Amino acid sequence: MSAGIVSYGAYIPRYRIKVEEIAKVWGENANSIIDGLMVFEKSVPDLDEDTITIAVEAARNAVNRAGIDPERIGAVYTGSESHPYAVKPSSTVVAEAIGATPNMTAADLEFACKAGTAAIQVCMGLAESGMIDLGLAIGSDVSQGAPGDALEFTAAAGGVAYIIGKKDLIAKIDSTYSYTTDTPDFWRREGMPYPEHGGRFTGEPGYFKHVTSASSGLLQRMGTKPSDYNYAVFHQPNGKFPSRVAKMLGFSNEQIKPGLVVPRLGNTYSGSCMMGLAATLDIAKPGDKIFMTAFGSGAGSDAFSISVTDRIDEIRNGAPSVEELLADPIYINYATYAKHKGKIKL
Amino acid sequence: MSVPRFWRRLKNLYNLIGTHCEKCKGYFYPPRNMCPKCRRTGKIIPHKFHGVGEVLTYTIIHSATRDFEKQTPYILAIIKLDEGPRLTSQVICDHNDIHIGMRVISVFRRLGEESEKGMIYYGTKFVPQPPAKTR
Repeated sequence: MSAGIVSYGAYIPRYRIKVEEIAKVWGENANSIIDGLMVFEKSVPDLDEDTITIAVEAARNAVNRAGIDPERIGAVYTGSESHPYAVKPSSTVVAEAIGATPNMTAADLEFACKAGTAAIQVCMGLAESGMIDLGLAIGSDVSQGAPGDALEFTAAAGGVAYIIGKKDLIAKIDSTYSYTTDTPDFWRREGMPYPEHGGRFTGEPGYFKHVTSASSGLLQRMGTKPSDYNYAVFHQPNGKFPSRVAKMLGFSNEQIKPGLVVPRLGNTYSGSCMMGLAATLDIAKPGDKIFMTAFGSGAGSDAFSISVTDRIDEIRNGAPSVEELLADPIYINYATYAKHKGKIKL
Repeated sequence: MSVPRFWRRLKNLYNLIGTHCEKCKGYFYPPRNMCPKCRRTGKIIPHKFHGVGEVLTYTIIHSATRDFEKQTPYILAIIKLDEGPRLTSQVICDHNDIHIGMRVISVFRRLGEESEKGMIYYGTKFVPQPPAKTR
């Protein structure tokens, strides 16, 4: 494969709510939830932030990081499960707001938490075939968790954008491999405000089966082993799952540590795995190899083998790092959180 | 704001696109089709503002119109862009931090919506300019 990452950018809203604050409202034991999920706090959007505004800020950071001429972008795909419109693309707003319109194509994608990596694969195909010069693949969400539901402790807000092309790569995508089945572990019906899920029984047939199958498939196809990689990133719905799946596949805690942002961020759904990759690229050195596997309920996994190039050092400081975006949070209580998330209907 | 009214201003709201007179070097936001100084001898071209400026004055809105009542209290400021034009915008920051002369940069936010089933208006607001490279 000849395509890869030309630039990347992330965005995280400044507001946070601690797991203790949510647990207090619903009479839950905060320590047991923190121990179970390995998540301490999660990001919350401002009153005027949504999937589109987050996607725009992430995309602008990606464009600015490498000084990209936005008119070179021939395709914009925004992956999310919280698009503000049911009909009306988020991607056209993003494209207009970064100055990529009108000579381009765009569409919105949805595949639970892996629509962003699906967007990367689409852009890879378009770039490699020569149909476009650059493609913009975004994962952005203001994810929903019903009041009192287990998801409420982790459903966070954030977005990541990757510019995919064939020239001036900061990281080459060596190969990608997907594993997809019809597994109804998590869903949200049309018009419903919150998703439903199969609870504690979804981990094995959903997350673990798909992440291990896609990861093993890619390692087998490439003839590589976990120790060939400096870093690994797995979809992080909580802190426990990626640690456990890394161990199952033979990756170490040290390999996943830089990309494990979920304890301080929560699950940014379509942005989750891509945020971990961004945090890893923030500290990666030329020549480093990164293994990444996303997971989306429904269900499927996209695995990627990525090789960092010398150019990473030239553009790295052109936009905020994930660590900088996580710094200086504003903590809010449950009432303010409920207002920010539109849980209170006036 | 009606849908066509927003639609026509969309590029200006998203990316702070105004105009510049190449003759007198004046900058205009919202855009002007004719330079008010040079009149017919002026040469007007589109200009994308950098989105950096300072707070000239501000007020904190506690009693808002219905469209903005969920956001109260919020800061409304007159901002002087570094290129010269002044515009009115919300500034998103701690109310104890806002001050005249505060350096601000533009961000992309929801400006409002027609109704729960109507169009969502997006555009530019401002946040404090960070001291280093970020946000």
